[in-house]
Amino acid sequence: MITRRNFLKKTALGIAGATLPLAALKIVDPKKLLAEAAADKSSAVRWVFLVDTYKCVGCGMCVKACKLENEIPYDANVTRTWVERYVLTKQGGLLADSPKGARDGYTTTKIDLGLGEYKDVKNQDIEKAFFVPKLCNQCENPPCVQVCPVGATYQAPDGVVLVDRTWCIGCGYCIMGCPYGVRFFHPVYHTAEKCNFCYHRITKGMKTACVDACPFGARQIGNIKDPNDPVTKVIRDQRVGVLKSEFGTKPQVYYIGLDEEVR
Amino acid sequence: MKNHVFRPLFVVIGIVVLILLTRMVYVPKDFGVGPRGYMYGWHRENNEDDWKKFKVKYQGKEYCKECHPDKYDSINKTPHRIIQCENCHGPAIDHPSDPPKLVIDKSRALCLRCHFPLPYPTSGRSRIKGIDPDKHNPDVECSTCHNPHNPMEGLR
Repeated sequence: MITRRNFLKKTALGIAGATLPLAALKIVDPKKLLAEAAADKSSAVRWVFLVDTYKCVGCGMCVKACKLENEIPYDANVTRTWVERYVLTKQGGLLADSPKGARDGYTTTKIDLGLGEYKDVKNQDIEKAFFVPKLCNQCENPPCVQVCPVGATYQAPDGVVLVDRTWCIGCGYCIMGCPYGVRFFHPVYHTAEKCNFCYHRITKGMKTACVDACPFGARQIGNIKDPNDPVTKVIRDQRVGVLKSEFGTKPQVYYIGLDEEVR
Repeated sequence: MKNHVFRPLFVVIGIVVLILLTRMVYVPKDFGVGPRGYMYGWHRENNEDDWKKFKVKYQGKEYCKECHPDKYDSINKTPHRIIQCENCHGPAIDHPSDPPKLVIDKSRALCLRCHFPLPYPTSGRSRIKGIDPDKHNPDVECSTCHNPHNPMEGLR
């Protein structure tokens, strides 16, 4: 005969048994589990960028191509990529400019100081001068993604940081959070905008618009997970630098010929 | 226990349930955590495809070669072979169907992007020959005298 005590005992046991998932009874090899997780979570591609500042002549073709390719209003003073000019004088002065992000290149010796002021530096006064193309660093630890309160910006499995235009609320935290200043508001969509390594092109096997437009090979894109990729070889075997490494963001745009004045 | 103590509690529970229901309807089903967890991977997965579907405008030299092999071959024999057709001719997009004609940028400003002399040490710019645009035939398009597809052939 079933007693009240017995009934309660058996019910409790039955519920406990039913809630125990079958998977928990499986004996799992920890090594297999780790391998599975790794295969699951890693992509065969990790996009990186390589900029050779010795080769850059400041023609700004990359900026023009980027704006037209990515539908960034041409005359708005915002751009996904830009080229900076650094001029160090023999007197120890440092001048830097990037008029319109170098959309029209550099066709004058006058340095744009802002607010309509220009300074003409004579060639014999220049100690060194060079051009530095800038774009999104597609950081391994992107601070812009950390601060997004709605999950509108994220890191794709291949390392590229993308912005979901339908989900962005335009709070601007990511624009503040980026140490490299690559983010801005899109003048048409009013959402956060940034370089995404021409995601629509690289995922089709093409190069980015800026890489294609550069006549001098100053810009290159590659897959750092492919040991035979020419970009990977340069990053591995030569002296390259990154911008603002002290922030711990692990930027993935590598520079040849970076100077300490470049920020 | 008196009823007036519980009443506000029911209101709060009601609001919470309403928020949870709205959230269920409003948040897209494809929201998920990517390979890097909540901190870096929380996103709407279909957005990756949205970006992949973005229209390509710059088609590259090989696209132009299909219909214009003569131009492709002739410029390839000159120092200007490093320049993409679309840098001067504009993005091809779906040319020849859309746009049927490309607008060529023949401005002096385009040529000056490289050929304005800036002899900056440690920059490749110092190795490119330049002209002073104020003294070298101002107001005349460069292509009046120089053939951009063959800058070495001499003046035309």
